[in-house]
Amino acid sequence: MTFLPELVMLQGALALFVITLGEGRAKAARVAALVTSVAAIAAGMICLGQEGTLFYGAYRVDLFSQVLKLVFAGGFALVLLLSGKLSDIRDEIKPEYYLLLTISVSGLMMLVSSVDLITLVVALEVSAFPLYLMVPMRREREGQRNQMESAIKYVMFGVAANGIMFFGMSYLFGLTGSTALAELMPRLQPVIHSPLAIIGLAMALCGFYYKLAVFPFHFWTPDVYQGASNETAGLVASLPKLGGIAVLVRLVSLAAPDNHTVALLLAVLAGSSMFYGNLIALFQKDFKRLLGFSGIAHAGYAMIGLVALDQLGYSAALYYMVGYLLMVLACFVVICKVSRDGTNVGLEELAGLHRRSPLLALTLAVGVFALAGLPPFVGFMGKLTLLTAAWDTGHTTLVIITVINAAIAIYYYLGVVRESWFRDAGDLPPIHLDWPTRALCVTLMAGILALGVAPARVLDTISTSVARANLAPPASLPASINGGDQNLSHAYVSPH
Amino acid sequence: MTTYNDSVLTVLIFAPLVATVVALFIRNENGLRWWTLLFTSAAAVYSLPLFSHFDTAKVGFQFEQSAAWIPAFKINYAVGVDGISLLLVLLTTLIMPLCVLASWHYIQKRVREFMICLLIMETAMVGVFCALDLILFFMFWEAMLIPMALLIGIWGGPRKIYAALKFFVYTMAGSVFLLVAIIALYLKVHSFSIPDMMGQSFSPEFQNWIFLAFFVSFAIKVPMFPFHTWLPAAHVEAPTAGSVLLASVLLKMGTYGFLRFSLPMTPVATHVFTPYILALSVVAIIYGGLTALAQTDLKKLVAYSSVAHMGFATLGIFALNQLGLEGAVLVMINHGVTTGALFIVVGIIYERLHTRDLGAAAGIGKMMPVFAAFAGVFALSSLAFPGTNSFIGEFLVMSGGFSVSKAMMVCVVPGVVLAAAYMLRMLQKVAYGGTHNPDHSALKDLGLREVVTLTPLLFFVFWIGLHPEPFTRVMDASVKHLMAQTQVPASTYATGSNMGKPGFTINP
Repeated sequence: MTFLPELVMLQGALALFVITLGEGRAKAARVAALVTSVAAIAAGMICLGQEGTLFYGAYRVDLFSQVLKLVFAGGFALVLLLSGKLSDIRDEIKPEYYLLLTISVSGLMMLVSSVDLITLVVALEVSAFPLYLMVPMRREREGQRNQMESAIKYVMFGVAANGIMFFGMSYLFGLTGSTALAELMPRLQPVIHSPLAIIGLAMALCGFYYKLAVFPFHFWTPDVYQGASNETAGLVASLPKLGGIAVLVRLVSLAAPDNHTVALLLAVLAGSSMFYGNLIALFQKDFKRLLGFSGIAHAGYAMIGLVALDQLGYSAALYYMVGYLLMVLACFVVICKVSRDGTNVGLEELAGLHRRSPLLALTLAVGVFALAGLPPFVGFMGKLTLLTAAWDTGHTTLVIITVINAAIAIYYYLGVVRESWFRDAGDLPPIHLDWPTRALCVTLMAGILALGVAPARVLDTISTSVARANLAPPASLPASINGGDQNLSHAYVSPH
Repeated sequence: MTTYNDSVLTVLIFAPLVATVVALFIRNENGLRWWTLLFTSAAAVYSLPLFSHFDTAKVGFQFEQSAAWIPAFKINYAVGVDGISLLLVLLTTLIMPLCVLASWHYIQKRVREFMICLLIMETAMVGVFCALDLILFFMFWEAMLIPMALLIGIWGGPRKIYAALKFFVYTMAGSVFLLVAIIALYLKVHSFSIPDMMGQSFSPEFQNWIFLAFFVSFAIKVPMFPFHTWLPAAHVEAPTAGSVLLASVLLKMGTYGFLRFSLPMTPVATHVFTPYILALSVVAIIYGGLTALAQTDLKKLVAYSSVAHMGFATLGIFALNQLGLEGAVLVMINHGVTTGALFIVVGIIYERLHTRDLGAAAGIGKMMPVFAAFAGVFALSSLAFPGTNSFIGEFLVMSGGFSVSKAMMVCVVPGVVLAAAYMLRMLQKVAYGGTHNPDHSALKDLGLREVVTLTPLLFFVFWIGLHPEPFTRVMDASVKHLMAQTQVPASTYATGSNMGKPGFTINP
C-alpha cells in the first residue's frame, strides 16, 4: 500500500477519463475530482511513514516524498476549491480540464519520488504536459487569443529548458555511467570540481529552474499568468513550483557539501531573480502579472536555501515553498472571486474590496503581508530560516541582497493593500461568497498563520525527511540508500 | 495552578486577542465601545499590582515565564520585565482605555474594526516591552505595523493613505535591518534569548555593525532627527486614538530598543557612536522646537514637539550616566502622559471645530473654561514647568548631560526656551486669543467623558512632578545594572573608533 496516493490519483484520472467520454458531465467531473483529492489526502496520511522502492530503485518512497505528496494532495484540494465552477472554461471541455489537472498533480507526486534521472524526466513531463494544454483552455473573448500566445510561450520555453536539461544530464551520465542519483552521487564526488561536471549539473538544473520560474528561465511567467484563466494561473503559480524545488533539492545535493562554483551559480541566479522580479513588479497594473513577477522573486528567495548546500538550507527552502503555496493561493482566491466573468483583475479593480467582501479583503491582506515577509505569518518564518541557513554558511552578500529585496517588495505589496483597504470604489455590488470559498479563505489564512506562529512541527518533519532522504552528507549515502539487498545496479548502464 | 506573578504578563499580552474574538460577535456599536472600554480598563487594573509586586531591590527580569516554542532554532516564548520595561508596560495598559474614550464619538464608521485594531495594538505593544526572546520581540514589533497603518489609513484625515504608507514603509525598512542584526547575533550566540545576548563582549567590529543595524531601526521608530519625516504626516492624519498610541507608546519602542539592545549588547560600539548620537539629539531638540514654533496646525505643532522631547530621551540615554538614563526613562513616561494628553486635547478641539487650525481655535478658552484649564496644565507640563512631570525628567537628563559636555548643554538650553515659546504661544492663542468669533458661541465645554479621559493623565502629571520617588525607585536597580553592562575600559573603544579604516569589517 506504499504507493496508495499515486494509485488513488491515477484511479481518479481514469474515472475522469471515463467521464470525459460523455456529454455535459461538468458537474460529475468536479465531484469526481473533489472525491479524488479527499481520497488522496487520506491515502497520503495513511502512507506517511512508509518506505519502499519500485522499478529497481528508480522510484523511491521515503518520508521526503510522502510529506510532499501529502502537501500536493492538500494543494490539489485547495486548487479545486479555488477553481469553483470554472467560469472561464467552456462547459463542454470542463471534464477534460479536471482530467488534465488530476494527471498533472499525479505527475508531481511521482516527481518527488523519482530518484533516477529517467523517472525524473518522465514524471516531470507527466506533470508539465497537462499544464501546456490547460493554459489555452480559456474562453475566447472579443477575438483575442491571448491564451494561445501564452500557451505557445509556455510550451516553447518548456521545451527549450528541457532540452538544456537533457544535455546536462547526458554529461552527468557520461561522467558517471549511471542515471540513478544514488550511484551518481559517489561517482561524481571525485570529479565534481571538473568543468564538465559543473556544466553538466548546472544545465541539468535548468529544467527545474523553468518550473520554479528562476531568472533567466522566467520569461513565460507573467504572460502565462496573464493569458491563462485565473484558476489555471493559480495552479501554475503554486504546485509545480513546490515540485521544482523538491527535485532541485535532490539534484543540488549532488554538489554538496562544499562546491563553491555551484553555490556561486545558485547565488547569482537567486540574486538576479530577486532583483528582476521585485523591480519589475513595482510597475505592474495587472494583479496576476504582479504576482507573476513576485513569483520570480520568491523563486529567488527559495533558492537561497539551496545555496547553503546543507540540510538546514534544504529544509528552509521546502518550508518556504510550502508556505508560498498557501500565500499565493490566498491571493488567487481573491482574483478568482473579484474577477467579473473570469476576466483579469487590474489592481484598481480591488478598490473598495473591504466593503464588498471583508473576508476576501482580509484573506488578501494576510496573503500579501505574508508574501512581504511580515511576522507572524509564514513568509517571515520562512525568510528567517532561509537567511539563517545562508548566513551560517557564509553567504553574507546574498543575505544583504535578500534584505534589500525584501524592502523593495514591501512597496508593491502595500500597493495591493492600499487598493483593497484604503480606497473606496463607487457603488460596486458586494461579492457574495459561497460556503466552500469561505472555508477555503479561512483554511488558507489559518494555514498561513499557523505555519508562521507554530512552525516547530512542520520544520521538524521537513528536516527529518530531508535527512532521511539521504541528501545531506554524501559519505553516508551508498550504504543507506541501497537499503538491504535492493540492488541499484540495474539502473546502471556500464559505459564500457 | 499558576500564581499572579508567573502568568500575569502572558495574560496581559494575549487577553486582548481573546477580547477581539468576543468583539467579532457584538452587533451593537455602543456595545462594542463599552466592551472595549471595560476590557481595557480591566486589563489596566489587572496590570497595576505589577507595580506593587515588583521587587525594586532585585536586578534582572521579574514575572518571568518561558516555554520552548521552535526548538529547532532555539526560539523560546520568554517574557519578563525589569524596572525599565515595567513602567512602559503600565503606561501602555493605562493609556488604552483613554484611547477608547477619546474615540467614543470621533469614530463613527467601522467601529468593530477600529476596536479590533486597538486591541491587537495592545497585544503587540505590551508584547514588545515584555519579550525576552529576539524573535518574539520582532514578531510583536512588526505585528504593530498592520493595525497601526490601518488606524491611520482607514480612520485618518484627508491624506491618510499617503501617511499610512509612509509610516509603514519607513518602519518596515528600518526593521529589515533589525532582522539582519538579530540573525547575526543568533549565529554568534546560537540563541535568541535577549538576556543571553548581554555581556557577550563581541569583537568591536562586530559590535559596530550590530549597533548600526539596531540604530537605523530604532532611530526611525524614535524618530531621531534625519529619520523623522514620517512622524508629522502620520500624526496629522491619524485619528486621535492613533496619534495618542503613536506618541505615547510607539515612539518609546525606539528608545526602549536602545536601552534594551544597543547599550547592553554592544557597549563598545555604544561608546564609539555616542558623540554622533548626542549631536543628533541636540539637533532634534533645536530643530523640533523651531519647527513646532512655525506650525499653525495644532497636531503638527504637537508632533514636532515630540521630535524635540524624544531628542531629550536619546540625549539622556547616550549621556551614559545614571542621571541621564533615569531621566531618559522618565522623559519617555512623561512624554507618553503629556503628549498623549495634548493629542486628546487637540482631538477635542477638532471634534468641536472640525479644524485643527490654530487661528480658528483662537479664543475658545473663553467658551470652555474647564477645557482651557486642562489644556493649560498639559501645555505647561510639555514645556517642563517646575512641579509638573516633564520638569523632573528633563532636569535629570540635563544634569546628566552637563557631566558629559558643557558645550553641548549650552546648545540644548535654547531648545528649552523654544519649548516654552511654542507651547505658550499655543496656550495664549487657544485660551485668550481672538475675542469675538461668532462660530464659537455654541461651543460646549468638556463633557463627563472627556473629563474622565483627561483626569488620569492630569493626575500623573502632578504625581510624577511632585513625588517622582516611587518611579525612580522602581527603575533604580535596573538602571544601575544597565550602567554596569555598558561600562567598558576606555582602551577598548579608543582604538575601536577607526571607522572607515580597513579594520572595520564584519567577521561572522
